[in-house]
Amino acid sequence: MFKIIERKSIVPNLHLLVVNAPDVVRKIQPGQFVIIHAGEGSERIPLTAADWDREEGTLSIVFMEVGTSTNKLAGMHAGDELQTVVGPLGVPIEIRKFGTVVCIGGCFGMGSIFPVVRALKESGNQVITMLEGRSGYLLYWEDKLSEYSDKTIRLTRDGSYGYQGHVRKGVEILRELNIKPDRVFANGCTTLSYLATKEYEHYNVPVIVTLNTIMIDGTGMCGVCRCTVDGKMKFACVDGPSFDGRLVDWEELAARRKQYISEEAFLVHHSGCGGL
Amino acid sequence: MAKKLNLNRVEMPKQADFIRKRNFNEVALGYTADDALAEASRCLDCKKPLCVEGCPVEIDIPGFIRAIAAGDFALAIKTLKKKNCLPAVCGRVCPQEEQCEIKCILQNKGAPIAIGRLERFAADWEAEQASIELPSIKEKTGKRVAVIGSGPAGVTVAGDLTLLGHDVTMYEALHEPGGVLTYGIPEFRLPARVVTREIENLQKLGVKLICNFVVGKTRSLQEILDEFDAVFVGTGAGLPWFMMIPGENLNGVYSANEYLTRVNLMRGFEYPKTYTPVIRHKKVAVVGGGNVAMDCARTALRLGAEDAAIVYRRSEKELPARREEYENAVEEGVKFNFLTLPEKLYGNDEGWLKEIECARMELGEPDASGRRRPVRIDNSEFIMKMDACIIAIGNSPNPIIPQTTPDLEVSKWGTIEVDEETLKTSVDRVWAGGDIVTGAATVILAMGAGRKAARSMHEYLTS
Repeated sequence: MFKIIERKSIVPNLHLLVVNAPDVVRKIQPGQFVIIHAGEGSERIPLTAADWDREEGTLSIVFMEVGTSTNKLAGMHAGDELQTVVGPLGVPIEIRKFGTVVCIGGCFGMGSIFPVVRALKESGNQVITMLEGRSGYLLYWEDKLSEYSDKTIRLTRDGSYGYQGHVRKGVEILRELNIKPDRVFANGCTTLSYLATKEYEHYNVPVIVTLNTIMIDGTGMCGVCRCTVDGKMKFACVDGPSFDGRLVDWEELAARRKQYISEEAFLVHHSGCGGL
Repeated sequence: MAKKLNLNRVEMPKQADFIRKRNFNEVALGYTADDALAEASRCLDCKKPLCVEGCPVEIDIPGFIRAIAAGDFALAIKTLKKKNCLPAVCGRVCPQEEQCEIKCILQNKGAPIAIGRLERFAADWEAEQASIELPSIKEKTGKRVAVIGSGPAGVTVAGDLTLLGHDVTMYEALHEPGGVLTYGIPEFRLPARVVTREIENLQKLGVKLICNFVVGKTRSLQEILDEFDAVFVGTGAGLPWFMMIPGENLNGVYSANEYLTRVNLMRGFEYPKTYTPVIRHKKVAVVGGGNVAMDCARTALRLGAEDAAIVYRRSEKELPARREEYENAVEEGVKFNFLTLPEKLYGNDEGWLKEIECARMELGEPDASGRRRPVRIDNSEFIMKMDACIIAIGNSPNPIIPQTTPDLEVSKWGTIEVDEETLKTSVDRVWAGGDIVTGAATVILAMGAGRKAARSMHEYLTS
């Protein structure tokens, strides 16, 4: 069993989970994920690591409350135990000195981009971090990210904080600053990853996105996480979950993400209240 | 006086087809004690029992049947367990008809002894007793063995080496042990409680089980080797095969592994009581002709499908599924489209499967496998309207250990290369067996491999 050290809401609908998982964090690298299974009857869900402390043996995850399983996870507290935290799974993101890198985080991705930002900075890159949200109150971990960033740019769609705009605005800011990225990294929902790919592909550098496909075992057995990358069938759990966004079939990916939306909504709306 | 031959085997009671096709309870209900006594008393107790030759794990078949016939069920299970640590599983899922039973001398005159049913009876009888007798363990050797993967190959190694006095730790990547017995074979063919019971028996013997641990990720194989005297790799199935035809990534298209794992391991058939969703498709095509394909089609019916149809490119004669499973599927209403090859999957605007374009086939000359090769008939295309398609054409071996162990030799198919006699791999102190070596095969063959590896490992550990 894996004991929860902390579980708190960090901004509306997003939660921080700190769990004791010494075997997992001993080897974990940026871009890797774990599969969490809360207990009997629960789903197995993949979540990307947002931080870890190897000495303490703890793993931090930022997750969005989106369906039944994350709803249940959001209701757990320090001292509760999870049946499964297994990993580290997936291929780590390639980290080395690229020169200037842009790291874009949105939603839960502001958390999961953190290990990437930290590792890139420690490898000697000039790191430009972009935080993206609908409104200012949805941004978090600004201090944590800024500590490892040469420049932190806040983007909000309502303009309530930082610059008004979305991913495209970030590109305009870079142009004004006369910065050309040598590599781009984006963590967040499928839409953010797609937009980052489209807005940055003219730089002709890889746009490394971390996909959030549905998974069950996470070890290359079930095949539900399959996606098309560079025209070939890839499995996000063992071949990814990070790929060059320029090679991803986004339309297919978006459709596959929606496979269980109606089942998820059914359960959330029937969580004890009878849906009334 | 010579015993009078009884050529008819005692039938196994089953749930009626029209009832069972809508529930997940076990199909075959098992022998009563009277059934077992009657069936066991048919055995001729041959001097040179051919049945034993057909058993990959060399069970003393006449011995345990003799015990049943004498009403000594405790002795029967004890005899079974000398050679087989999973009798309740093997009694249910082994293809006895092509192993032990086909060798039975009665086979030529009438029906062979129902060895599998008797094996199951003895194991189930034991489970109902208040306490079970644990087999005796040889003196402790002080040697430590790691078994990676808790499927049929792994548990056989764990069981055998524990009895021989070694300390065994078994690692499992999933949250439940059992490998394919747990995630793959459906509840109606092999109930989860049966697997749980067999694994608990191993734990009572002293096997240490660590779930949620992926060797190759959580620790490398080398790190495991540093802690143990010998390691067995039985990591089984990996990435599912697809047909590589257009439309396979549409929603509603599943690998058999995904479909069965959702339903079995994650108990999706109890959704929404459990949280892993399973879509209750109405018209389900299953591509393939093996036991896994039968399992998928029969699962689809139990989830409420109006139509569950097998699509197989050869004819009924070449079906690789066990006859019994095929017959069960037919009785339950699974439709069979033989000599049919899916060529293209079409979806609607939201990316959901709606139609499968197929071509008709005919059988040509025999191929390398000795089976007649299916040949496509030109201009024979037709459309099947389906809202789900499950691809059950096999899988490659699990990639994680080969990917993360540089010195481990693998074939071009990704299977681990081993010495045929000892099942030793190219890495010192590492053995491998089961699907990770052979590619997709059967439970009992994996167990046979486990037995073979255990023998060689024991030899190494005690020399």
